[in-house]
Amino acid sequence: SRIAPSTSLDLTGLGGGQQIAKAFAVLSVIAFANAFSPLSGFFGSNLQLRQASTSAGMTMKIELPPLPYDYTALEPKIGRQTLTIHHDKHHAKYVAVANQMIEGTEMEKDDCSTVVLKAHKAGNQALFNNAAQAWNHEFYWKCMKPNGGGSIPAALANQIIKDFGSVEAFKAKFAEAGNTAFGSGWAWLSWDGTKLVVDKTIGAGNPMTEGKKPVLTMDVWEHAYYLDYQNLRPTYVTTFLDSLVNWDFVAANFAQVTK
Amino acid sequence: ALRGRHHQEHPRTQMAHALPSLTYDYAALEPFVDATTMNIHHTKHHQAYINNLNTALDKHSELKSLSLEELNIKVTTLPEDVRTAIRNNGGGHWNHTMFWKWMAPVGSVNHAPIGSLKAAIDKDFGSFDVLKEKFNAAAAARFGSGWAWLGVKEDGSLGITSTPNQDNPMMDGVADVKMTPILGLDVWEHAYYLKYQNRRADYLASWWNIVNFDTVVELYDAQAKK
Repeated sequence: SRIAPSTSLDLTGLGGGQQIAKAFAVLSVIAFANAFSPLSGFFGSNLQLRQASTSAGMTMKIELPPLPYDYTALEPKIGRQTLTIHHDKHHAKYVAVANQMIEGTEMEKDDCSTVVLKAHKAGNQALFNNAAQAWNHEFYWKCMKPNGGGSIPAALANQIIKDFGSVEAFKAKFAEAGNTAFGSGWAWLSWDGTKLVVDKTIGAGNPMTEGKKPVLTMDVWEHAYYLDYQNLRPTYVTTFLDSLVNWDFVAANFAQVTK
Repeated sequence: ALRGRHHQEHPRTQMAHALPSLTYDYAALEPFVDATTMNIHHTKHHQAYINNLNTALDKHSELKSLSLEELNIKVTTLPEDVRTAIRNNGGGHWNHTMFWKWMAPVGSVNHAPIGSLKAAIDKDFGSFDVLKEKFNAAAAARFGSGWAWLGVKEDGSLGITSTPNQDNPMMDGVADVKMTPILGLDVWEHAYYLKYQNRRADYLASWWNIVNFDTVVELYDAQAKK
């Protein structure tokens, strides 16, 4: 299916040369995306590529990347309808709102992590909520893969055993964090500078605000699992750990943050 | 004389908290709230709050002489080892017990304010429509899990607020705005996700069709007498 911009192209306030440059940039992105439309797994069947603009005329820094896999790829552990709504509605909205909030501010060219930390530092809860949720979701999608779970790459597994006693003990601790995050929140595995630690956060919370470096996250907002598991959050959590986690991605994160 | 009485450790000790029955079928609020949601919400979510509350109270049996309302109001004074559990689960139990009474099948009750409540709404908000707008705005703005509330403030006027998780405006030292709730709406995703998914605004708009204003009026009148 062809991808169309969800908003009209705003060229007001731009000089002629800028108008042409912007229109070209936007149209070439759309053309590029449409050239790939037969590969439904690349952009997904319902993705609308939003082209929000700043007064400087270029696309926003906080992006909505496509899922790393097809919307049906995690069935039956996470359903197509869940992924479609979770990505195309929830995640997309956080991105759009965060971009609206940073437009015209000194953050409008910052990357997402920078916006998250600046918002946290400034006590700007509304911006933090949206920017952090944009960050958290992009990270979450990559933490999963079709036919995930299984064995953990050695370097990461060794560190887990060192810091938690065993892989089973780590999984139990991570599951407990996910199951006891009351209301909406996230479970995390992060590097704190000397060891791996498990945390739970509420709302949009992210351990980066405490100087930690996340390597794995799991969304436990009800929208992440309710269509598939209803009240049975513990079943979702177990399924996530056993069959969804992309341990290669987590291991790569670990290598990166401990370099 | 004691034959047939329930065993109690102390005359004022409450029996363990139990799930109250609904006065209508799970399907009775269709199409505004779906039957599956009502069933799971009542038999799983509300039941879990009750189970967890009872577990917490078993650790401090002296708290069993407090009413559910008192546990909510005094939550910040409770023993530290059960304070959060009682805030979350005692709050959840109270909130949901009331929630079922704040809804009723279409046409079985008044679905709009009447009497002195209507007068108070007109005075404090201008109209019922304005009240709904402001209430829905509070409900829409609640980030993550929580509730939106209409309540009677300490000065007797009506107010609207929202709280996170299972907090409510009765909780001294917890709620931003202290009020006696007379109407509450659950905006945890489990309250609407099966039918509305991300479309919380559609849930809010639909919900007013089934609000039981007879209950709201009763609560308002009782509060006005105090």
